[in-house]
Amino acid sequence: MSALPTVSTLSMLLPFTLLAPLAAMLLIVFMPKEESKMIKLVAAMGMFVSLVLSLYAFFQYDQSLGGMQFTLTIPWIPDLGVNLAFGVDGLSLPMLLLTNLIGFSAIYASWNMEKRVKEYFILLLILIAGVMGTFIARDLFIFFLFYEIVVIPIYIMVIIWGSTKRVSKEYAGMKLTIYLLIGSAFLLVGMIALYLAAAAKGNPTFMFDQLAARQSLYSPAFQKVAFALMLFGFGSLISMVPFHSWSPDGYAGAPTAVSMIHAGVLKKIGGYGLIRLGVYVLPLGAKYWAPLIAVLAIGNVLYAAFIALAQKDLKYVVGYSSVSHMGYVLIAIAALNPTAMNGAVAMMFAHGVMAALFFAMIGFIYEKTHTRNIADLGGLAHQVPRLAIGFMIAGLASLGLPGTVNFISEFTIFMGAIKVYPVQTVLGIAGIIFTAVYILRTIANVMFGPRRSEWDHLTDLRGPELVPLVVLGFVIFLGGIFPNILMGIINSGVNSSGLAKVLETVSQATMGGLF
Amino acid sequence: MDFNITTVLLPEVMMAAMSMILLALGLLVPYGARKSMMPLTVFTLIGVLGYTVYDFFYGPHATFLQGMYMHDQFAVYFKLLFLAAALLVVLSSRDYVQKLAEHRYKFYSLLLSATLGMMLMAGAGELITMYVGLELMTISFYILVAYLANDARSSEAGIKYLVLGGASSAILLYGISLIYGLTGSTELAGIASQLGGSLTPASLLATVFLLAGLGFKISLVPFHLWAPDIYEGAPTPVTAFLAIASKAAAFAVLIRVYLVTMNSQSFSLTGQTLLIVLAAMTMILGNLIAIPQTNIKRMLAYSSIAQAGYLMVGIIAESVAGIKGVLFYAMIYVFANMGAFAVATHVAERQDSDEIKDFAGLWRRSPLAAVVMTASLLSLAGIPPLAGFVGKFYLFSAVMDQGYTAIAYIGFVMSMVSVYYYLSVVKVMFLNEGEGLPDVPVHGALKFTLVFTMLITLVIGLYPTPLAQMAIAAAQSLFR
Repeated sequence: MSALPTVSTLSMLLPFTLLAPLAAMLLIVFMPKEESKMIKLVAAMGMFVSLVLSLYAFFQYDQSLGGMQFTLTIPWIPDLGVNLAFGVDGLSLPMLLLTNLIGFSAIYASWNMEKRVKEYFILLLILIAGVMGTFIARDLFIFFLFYEIVVIPIYIMVIIWGSTKRVSKEYAGMKLTIYLLIGSAFLLVGMIALYLAAAAKGNPTFMFDQLAARQSLYSPAFQKVAFALMLFGFGSLISMVPFHSWSPDGYAGAPTAVSMIHAGVLKKIGGYGLIRLGVYVLPLGAKYWAPLIAVLAIGNVLYAAFIALAQKDLKYVVGYSSVSHMGYVLIAIAALNPTAMNGAVAMMFAHGVMAALFFAMIGFIYEKTHTRNIADLGGLAHQVPRLAIGFMIAGLASLGLPGTVNFISEFTIFMGAIKVYPVQTVLGIAGIIFTAVYILRTIANVMFGPRRSEWDHLTDLRGPELVPLVVLGFVIFLGGIFPNILMGIINSGVNSSGLAKVLETVSQATMGGLF
Repeated sequence: MDFNITTVLLPEVMMAAMSMILLALGLLVPYGARKSMMPLTVFTLIGVLGYTVYDFFYGPHATFLQGMYMHDQFAVYFKLLFLAAALLVVLSSRDYVQKLAEHRYKFYSLLLSATLGMMLMAGAGELITMYVGLELMTISFYILVAYLANDARSSEAGIKYLVLGGASSAILLYGISLIYGLTGSTELAGIASQLGGSLTPASLLATVFLLAGLGFKISLVPFHLWAPDIYEGAPTPVTAFLAIASKAAAFAVLIRVYLVTMNSQSFSLTGQTLLIVLAAMTMILGNLIAIPQTNIKRMLAYSSIAQAGYLMVGIIAESVAGIKGVLFYAMIYVFANMGAFAVATHVAERQDSDEIKDFAGLWRRSPLAAVVMTASLLSLAGIPPLAGFVGKFYLFSAVMDQGYTAIAYIGFVMSMVSVYYYLSVVKVMFLNEGEGLPDVPVHGALKFTLVFTMLITLVIGLYPTPLAQMAIAAAQSLFR
């Protein structure tokens, strides 16, 4: 480890991507709070810079070379071996792009925000930067640091700008925060155990690749325990059954932008962490717990879908649907083969875009009609056709219609998983039927049906309100029609980062599973 | 060794002299012309602090007076901590002390003498010197706690502290006398070699008594019952100083005693087995009882009990890494707690209320105070990127490295539980508009204190290396 930062080409690209929203945030701190239009513009500008930079990274990434690119490493806390290390590979780059797509849309989804605008955008930008940081970190310590940064802004945003429906927003915010923090406490213990085991022969490190390279130091028993701790932590975050109940309540209570970011990207940190840290660093632990994850995943898919059938509130429908969809990600991770792993990352991206669009549209419906109750709505397509289009795109993507990116990812997952868990996968595929039922029922009841005169005064989406629809809708179809743009990068990530090799050794390992 | 004893003891001498001078000045200068007391105290503290910083890095380090008094980096590190805490207390409480009428000069004098007592405790290499320092600190605090003589709660707190503190001193002294009877020595190194591997009921009792006496100052469960009442009743700046510095001073003694004597059976038994149980109880009870509190000072009292539990974890590790963790955490604890207490002092002074519900809408009435309070509480909870997270990381990774995983679990889970009550305060501050409550603008020295504590908390959280290096140097000086 050299004392000087190691600089590669374009190594400042990622720090600038991260700093753009923070710079905008600092600017807003010093702006008068009456200038709400200016504040929104500055926030949008910061996110735009970040989005452009991450798009540039996405298309500039050399797939044939693979591995971590745009790296920057600065020794940070030498006595702990922490490095301020940034870099992206095929696994994290789609997540980084997703964060910026959703972050950018979330700014516009909050365009009509009038209450305490200044604080709102300050917190929102911190939140986006925090999520972004977790995906570009190459160091476990920095990863965890960024992850925990997001928890508190979310809490404050939920209690101030959230909405009280079935549960009060204070309750929803606290539930969400406590679930995630208790999960992260277990994660932290696992992380320290891993760190100490890796540092057994001196030279402590937190770098993901070095932790993975020292696998000979982790005994199988240790891997099982450490993976279980991480499964608890990341599992709560990805709303794995039975640690999922914060998710629908939290999303229902949160303001639109927070629901978008939380369901869209923040949750994905759980899946990303399970792959990056769980499977990659602790393959034997992953192998041991995989059958259990697969069973719980089916619990996610079916149980949450059943509950979603019975929901009356739009946000709860999408909240439970997102729990249900995370089951697919989990079963793909549990399958432990490259195809399924491709599908898992693609699914996280696809679901993120879809969920963000869904929550944005629901946010607009609520803003305009002041209700999210499905029974009170109906025939909205007559008055707000553009909103109805957005709602339908999200809905159809949610049930995995061919032509949307969600279809590609679900298909890949089933291809990969059916070889390993035939029963669970078939049950998972059956889950799509329930998804179709609750999604189509929702679309039919909210958007179609006879014209209702009480909604005649509604204005359709226009101007800035159209941004989330255009950006996210475009990505859904682009990814669905040209899947190679996305799948190429993910595939290079799975194959070149050493993950494929890990998966190969795991599949040969003879250690028995739970079942 | 060849060095001048007065240069080594200069900070202590200065503090003693200034304490006397302030007292004399207060008597000589007529009432109404005593405005200069606070600046004088501030300049004294800054001067001594500056010298101590120099001393830490470049000063001579030695044991002298036959091991009675240590002047190693460990002691100097703690002196830095006490002086910084005293300085912040003085800076943040100007308005508050201004209201204390004609006796206010004694406040500063007593604050300096309490600080002097702590400094002696940090340097003490034998038990009598330690006891003298401890009593100097405690007696100064008896008066400070009861400073609001017309306020019933303050007087009550003063009496309670006097009675309970007296009892705990007696227990401590009994422990010391038992040890002296067993070993014929009050000097730590001598005690360690005399006790050796022998484990008798008397030696065990002595170490337990010693732990109980110091545990009282640290407010270790089950010796914590005094803390909430006294923290609530005492003037808020005194509460801050009591919660931060007196606790750190007792930690300084405890660390030195346990590390020097850890080879003797009876000390290592209480130092490991008993301390693990007590630390776990302290973390659990402190955090759980803090949840239902409605008074900010009581809440901070229970939170500081829990914080003592975290710090105790580092002692259990009995390694350089563990002591480094304690030193690091103790220092950032000063800044985090000081930020919270400074806001509490200010709000209490303006609104005449310590109830958490009266913090409603603070974000609108005083944005800076609300932000500083939030940052301080979250640092205490150990949420990154604030300093508390790195501190807890050092503490718990050190103890896990020694194989005590269970205590680290408890620590992490309880610190996440603590987020609940810290966030309840944040919720009150940010959720409501706080109609009908007065504006509480901050300015002058208080504003400086608030911004300074928040910046330190944030900067150390993001870049802990400089402080960590200092803590390592101090910890290593103890193992040498």
